[in-house]
Amino acid sequence: MLTVVALIFIVALISPWIYKLFKEKSGWVLALLPFGSFLYLASWLPHIAAGNVVQQSTTWVSMALFEVNLAFYLDGLSLMFGMIITGIGTFIVLYGSGYLAGDAYLPRFYCAILLFMGSMLGVVLADNLISIFVFWELTSFTSFILIGFTHEQENSRRAALQALLVTGIGGLAMLAGLVLMGFASGHWEVSALLNEGDIIRNNPHYLAILILVLAGAFTKSAQFPFSFWLPGAMAAPTPVSAYLHSATMVKAGVYLLARLNPVLGSTEPWLLLVGGFGLLTLLVSAWLSLSFTDMKQILAYSTVMALGTMTMLIGLGTEMAMKGLSVYILSHAMYKGALFMVAGAVDHEAGTRDVLKLGGLRSLMPISFAAAALAAISMAGIPPLYGFIAKELVYEAALEAPLWPVLVITLAVLANIAIVAASAIVVIRPFLGTKVETPKKAHEAPLSMWIGPLSLAVLSVLFGVLPFLIDKSLMVPVASSVYGVPMDFYLSLWHGINLPLILSLVTLAGGILVYRFWDGLRESAPMKVYQNGFAMGPIRGYDGVLAGMLGLAGWQTRTIQNGLMSNYLVTILITLLIAVGYTFLTRSGIVWNPGFGNVLIQEWAISIAIITALGIMLAFGHSRLTMVIGAGVVGFGLALIYLMHGAADLAMTQVLVETLTVILVVLVLIHVPKLKDLRSTTSRVRDGVIAVAAGAMMTLLILAATAAPFDAFISEFYAEASYPLAHGRNIVNVILVDFRALDTMGEVVVVAIAGLAVYALIKMKRFGSSSDTNTGGRTSSGAASKQGESS
Amino acid sequence: MKSLILHTATRLMIGVLVLFSLFLFFRGHDEPGGGFIGGLVGAGAFTLYAIAFGTEASRKVLRVHPITLIAIGLLSLVVSGLIPMFVAEPFLTGKWLFIEWGAFDTKLSTPLLFDIGVYLCVVGFIVTVIFSLEEE
Repeated sequence: MLTVVALIFIVALISPWIYKLFKEKSGWVLALLPFGSFLYLASWLPHIAAGNVVQQSTTWVSMALFEVNLAFYLDGLSLMFGMIITGIGTFIVLYGSGYLAGDAYLPRFYCAILLFMGSMLGVVLADNLISIFVFWELTSFTSFILIGFTHEQENSRRAALQALLVTGIGGLAMLAGLVLMGFASGHWEVSALLNEGDIIRNNPHYLAILILVLAGAFTKSAQFPFSFWLPGAMAAPTPVSAYLHSATMVKAGVYLLARLNPVLGSTEPWLLLVGGFGLLTLLVSAWLSLSFTDMKQILAYSTVMALGTMTMLIGLGTEMAMKGLSVYILSHAMYKGALFMVAGAVDHEAGTRDVLKLGGLRSLMPISFAAAALAAISMAGIPPLYGFIAKELVYEAALEAPLWPVLVITLAVLANIAIVAASAIVVIRPFLGTKVETPKKAHEAPLSMWIGPLSLAVLSVLFGVLPFLIDKSLMVPVASSVYGVPMDFYLSLWHGINLPLILSLVTLAGGILVYRFWDGLRESAPMKVYQNGFAMGPIRGYDGVLAGMLGLAGWQTRTIQNGLMSNYLVTILITLLIAVGYTFLTRSGIVWNPGFGNVLIQEWAISIAIITALGIMLAFGHSRLTMVIGAGVVGFGLALIYLMHGAADLAMTQVLVETLTVILVVLVLIHVPKLKDLRSTTSRVRDGVIAVAAGAMMTLLILAATAAPFDAFISEFYAEASYPLAHGRNIVNVILVDFRALDTMGEVVVVAIAGLAVYALIKMKRFGSSSDTNTGGRTSSGAASKQGESS
Repeated sequence: MKSLILHTATRLMIGVLVLFSLFLFFRGHDEPGGGFIGGLVGAGAFTLYAIAFGTEASRKVLRVHPITLIAIGLLSLVVSGLIPMFVAEPFLTGKWLFIEWGAFDTKLSTPLLFDIGVYLCVVGFIVTVIFSLEEE
């Protein structure tokens, strides 16, 4: 399995060259990769169906505290997800080659979609909690690239950032939850955790773990109120929406919940939180889908509804719910993938996806129509499609809900009424009725664009009519792995005349009724209020939080980084005085033991020179040049002292740095206006007091520090280990490049970034706006002083 | 700056300075010196050249853009850290290669590559800042 995931990543990275080699045929070539992976996964079907699991593991990072293994775990649940990812992925690569034909960014699309595919496959196959998180974040990251695919458009960038922030923050919360879970049980492998459910559930941190993991799953799987990013992500090209935002990525949260159900599930908080959020999401979003006329928006909200249904089923946690979940996930992936691809094809061929501007495409796009019709019938839950079986099972599970079954089933039926209407809207409006003039002259989409939806739609029929094809081989293993206990059942279309069937009829009738009055309903005032509240409300909340954060950052930058050097110094020194001074006085106390007797004559000389230089600087420091020279004397004096004590390296560094600093400072001084002291007498006194206090404190601190006995342990270690361990005799250099190389690396990175920042600031000033009076003033005075110099 | 003494001296000095900086760099593991000090001397050489002949000329002598030096330097740091990971040892572990030529031996190591990174970053940083300020 590692090979499959690694291969996808490798091919993704070399895909631009594959594109150069095969040009417009590259879609068909690249589709072989997911197709091959699909066949590989499918080859495990008999093994998994027999009730086995597959585990493969390679150690990656091994530490005392925990280890991260590239471990892979294949059971019913991961196999089904893996097959959905690779199977639909095959069609998406083909579809993308048609949809984006001629687009200059097509190679980039292949690369990003394959990277995403590898990450997503990693999420569902990984066994280790940390590797799951890494792959999880990779899906967020690649999804950011894919949503922002048309990055020239502002709304694409905005949607991409929105999705990244929402899922990224959730992902971080999830990481905390997973780490807590790992420490609570001592196991980092999901396969091992599955048997440790009781330990986790009885852990005092259980609630924290649950909430953190749910934060990750709910944001990723677009549960209300975090659902807003998903309809926003429709800014992506349709192949991306069809793949990420219906069939795969958004189901990562559902996958995680299903995966962890045996570990975290069957508790009251789980039932209330997971079931409750699922129920809320499915009801709210189902009706929101009716407030839009853009096919992709309608489908997006119906996807959120489906995700809500899955979450609710996991929350219910009963045997029936697991059965329903396994069937529902597969049926949703098939019909929603098909419908999205058809919506994209309509957009591509007719030039719009607004159902009000479309009509009568049936004869122009017959194959797309057939695919859309079958998929929509499955989505509406009409027999004999596979979606019907799924919906029946959802109703049965809702009727058996452990808590408030009447409420659950009522809400489920209400939501499904809206979904029936939505299914009708996305097929009847564009394809049936009278022909409408479309922005582009519509014709059938190319083979690459209809093969996917048609195959998926046909599968929906096949699995509906002949459910025994997949019930024992796939659905039973899936339900068993979510339930945590082996189950056995079979699927059938006809369950006899029972309550779910009657409810299905009610749903269908209600849906048809809603569809009849959709135009009025959509324009009605309550619907507008509803849309404004539930669709726009969370977006306003997101914008508000974002604006608040930017505002806070702006405020604190303006307050702390106000550009006045004297303010910075005062702040730093006062903080130092309070923090260090307090600790010093309470921990050590003043030690007065200067020991002047040990000071050599030359050291006296240097010290006096330094103090004199400082004195001159302070007394006559009206020109900046005097100050630079004074600082230079201090620096060179220090270098001499280093040299006397045998620190040749430090002395050399000091001398070189002093020399280069003088050049740097002079170069800066050319541009700086004449030094003027504009301070009032009060603030001068204040600054003086602070300066004297800080100086006195440092003196006392050094006296106390030197009075303490010197512990030579570390320096002796370096002196002894330098040659045997690091093959170097210069301890300073060995420490820098070997013993403490990580510190050096950090420092060098800081230096590098500082260099880039200086460069950017100076260059920016040149190209920057001239409205900045401050900058303008400096430039003119700089120019003036340059003129003065040359004359 | 127009000064005959400076120009002549600089022409003679730059080679010596660059050699000296390399000398400091290479002896650094056993004697005073190393990437940081060597880098400071190297940067000093190009700064001197820039003062004498202007930044354009100094850029030409340097051949590559100073920011490229920073980039290569950072890359060397990271690569020197990654190399030991291929033999399953922690990031930045020193790995050594001793080549014996008979008369004298050569020591190649990841700390050497690391020091090259430090050297390049220091030169790149100072030269970037000084050139930018001087062209201001």
